[in-house]
Amino acid sequence: MLKKLILRGAFKGGVHPREGKELTKDLQFEVLPTPKTVYIPLSQHAGREAKLLVAKGSIVKKGTLLAEPEGFISAPIHSSVNGTVSKIVKTAHLSGAPKTVIEISVTQPKEPVAEAAGPQKVSATVAATVTPGVSTATEAASVQKVNATVAATVTPGGNTTAEPADATEVAEEPQEKKVAEPENEFFPPLNPKTATKEELLERIKEAGIVGMGGAAFPMFVKLSPPPGKKIEKLIINAAECEPYLTRDYRLILEYTDQLIGGIEILMKITGVECVIGIEDNKPEAIVLLKNKLGSRSDIRVEVLPVKYPQGAEKMLIYAITGKKVPPGKLPVDVGVVMQNVGTAISVWKAVTEGTPQTDAWITVTGEGIKTPKNLIVPVGTPISEILEFCGGLTPEAIKVIAGGPMMGTNLYDYNAPVMKATSGLLVLTSDTSAPVEAIACLRCGKCVEVCPVNLLPTRLSRFSKLQRFEDAEEAGIFSCMECGCCAYECPAGIPLVQWIRLGKKELLKIKAQERKSA
Amino acid sequence: MDTQFIIALATMGGLGFIFAGALAIADKKLRVEENHLIGEINEVLPGANCGGCGYAGCYDFAVNVVEGKAKSNGCPVGGSETAAAVAYIMGEEAGEVVRMLPRMLCRGGHTEAVNKLATYYGPLSCSAMDLLSGGDKLCFYGCLGGGDCVVACPFGALVMGENGLPVLIESLCTGCGNCEKACPRHVIEMHPADRKVFVFCKSLDDPKTSKAVCSVSCMGCSICARKSEGGVVMENNLAVINYDQLDPEKVPFDKCSTRAIGMINDN
Repeated sequence: MLKKLILRGAFKGGVHPREGKELTKDLQFEVLPTPKTVYIPLSQHAGREAKLLVAKGSIVKKGTLLAEPEGFISAPIHSSVNGTVSKIVKTAHLSGAPKTVIEISVTQPKEPVAEAAGPQKVSATVAATVTPGVSTATEAASVQKVNATVAATVTPGGNTTAEPADATEVAEEPQEKKVAEPENEFFPPLNPKTATKEELLERIKEAGIVGMGGAAFPMFVKLSPPPGKKIEKLIINAAECEPYLTRDYRLILEYTDQLIGGIEILMKITGVECVIGIEDNKPEAIVLLKNKLGSRSDIRVEVLPVKYPQGAEKMLIYAITGKKVPPGKLPVDVGVVMQNVGTAISVWKAVTEGTPQTDAWITVTGEGIKTPKNLIVPVGTPISEILEFCGGLTPEAIKVIAGGPMMGTNLYDYNAPVMKATSGLLVLTSDTSAPVEAIACLRCGKCVEVCPVNLLPTRLSRFSKLQRFEDAEEAGIFSCMECGCCAYECPAGIPLVQWIRLGKKELLKIKAQERKSA
Repeated sequence: MDTQFIIALATMGGLGFIFAGALAIADKKLRVEENHLIGEINEVLPGANCGGCGYAGCYDFAVNVVEGKAKSNGCPVGGSETAAAVAYIMGEEAGEVVRMLPRMLCRGGHTEAVNKLATYYGPLSCSAMDLLSGGDKLCFYGCLGGGDCVVACPFGALVMGENGLPVLIESLCTGCGNCEKACPRHVIEMHPADRKVFVFCKSLDDPKTSKAVCSVSCMGCSICARKSEGGVVMENNLAVINYDQLDPEKVPFDKCSTRAIGMINDN
């Protein structure tokens, strides 16, 4: 008991940013009307870019394999819509530099309306939510567009009633065999109870499921531990410590059974018990989970105090198991596999429904967006469409961030598409995020106090700045997970994380050069 | 009183003699025979330790020349005089030294390049900008204007111009190539000083994008490639000069609407 008390969220440092979760925490997931064009990036995961399998003109359906994994750490990419590949181009990408994307123009009348919620419910939600948004929208053009899209989605009234209208068009396409054929290319559903471990793992691999916590690490890699390493514990990361984001919270509330089903599948694959780590600022979710789980001993809910970065992999492992992941090692080295809530639900969907990971759940929030929402969007939807659907930006909005405010990336091009692991879009105003001019370091030591991995951020950033990269490596620059606590606290406004990232990049470059010359 | 002086002098003098003797013995016994050529070559090298030759400094270069790993004309800074002197010491034929100058192959400064929606706040360093979505400009191939090359130049031959592009002071440049290595976008290239025709663009974007993001980009229209009879070839939407076959007379400079291909110093 004492040990447990000491351990509870006991990592050193951390910060308490304003949460801002009240904006979206009570809003149900809505389905974004399928956009006219989607841009599906080939690089949506950690590791190598997937290998393109389609060409211009290919007709794809929802779930069609577009690109296959290249190398071990990679993941397949599937189409999120029904349509035709119109181009393979380079466009803006959430990672910063432009990357190759597959442009698919959506075949409008045949679009499937949300498989997650019932079609009736969806149409109702869409209609209900758009109307107030339209009245407040300023640009006439955008109003027109929103109306048009919504009309296109709503009028067919879901998959079932749209069939007669589609029949003629479908018949013209040689690939279609039967009119009544389902309009997607999903995998055959598996029964999680009877399927073998290998079948389940293979399904996770072919469905292209990547970790939705942020790093987008291909999931099957995590689940296949290298020889000699044993998985002892499965941790489901429901901490959602990033301010503003409410995706995981909403997922727990709305997809509780699917989440538990997904966890059971993961437990079957790994053969270990599971702990759900959740921050204590989500009481409804905790109560719901505890009620659903009842007195089950194999799945436990661990309530952790609110502190950023509680949801960071290494911090959460320490808080729950008391084990520290050594620098440069992976959680599997201490016998832990960690998965995000969204990932577990994706697993459940991939197994029981056969859906590849083609939709992303995202939170669109911040003071700079007119109507914050929790949304289900097809992967590849341009951010601009999502912002438009949420009523557009307010005049005070100054930046749009993909992800949370602490670790997300600022966007410069709203045409960048949503990816599998995108957790949210955050629009900040000048009140909530003002650019600061960096001054000299005050030597106050706040960054050192808050660093959860016991580094000296001020020293690391200075080494980077002075190009003393070897010294930076010695000071542990590679242990930095770029959580941003130091930069958040820095009263001098020094972009500490950016300097540290630069140092890491330069060091990797130096190392690559050394390897080449050796 | 006198005895005290005598004692002090005798002690200090004695110590001096003992140490001098020890040093003399050490000099004979522990002497490391160094090839005298190394010292001689080191003498004639410029001594800037810029690293332009690819070695750690002038002395390291001298060592490598003597060991036969570096060529006698390997010092880009010293020019033909140094090369001749090094070759003379080594007893070789002096190799030809071509003076190299860094050429800035991007003309998209603040006034020409189109900026992103977002403004970059952060360290004014090209490599830091490159890491964070690539600075302010929409072009992902052009000069970032952070001045990493200016910082890297040990001779003060590069200054940041008003337009956000580095400007070369040719008289100060020694051609060490540090700027070329510092540029994360590889916009700076070392070229022989007598080369005058360049394509001042590195963009591999499709024509539409190139045109949208910068007013002086190479849009890949390939007029220059068609007219120049092999002197200019198109590679990935970018005109690339094939210097072996180039005849500047045949390059239609006036046909290039963005003046991406042109002579140096013509703007």
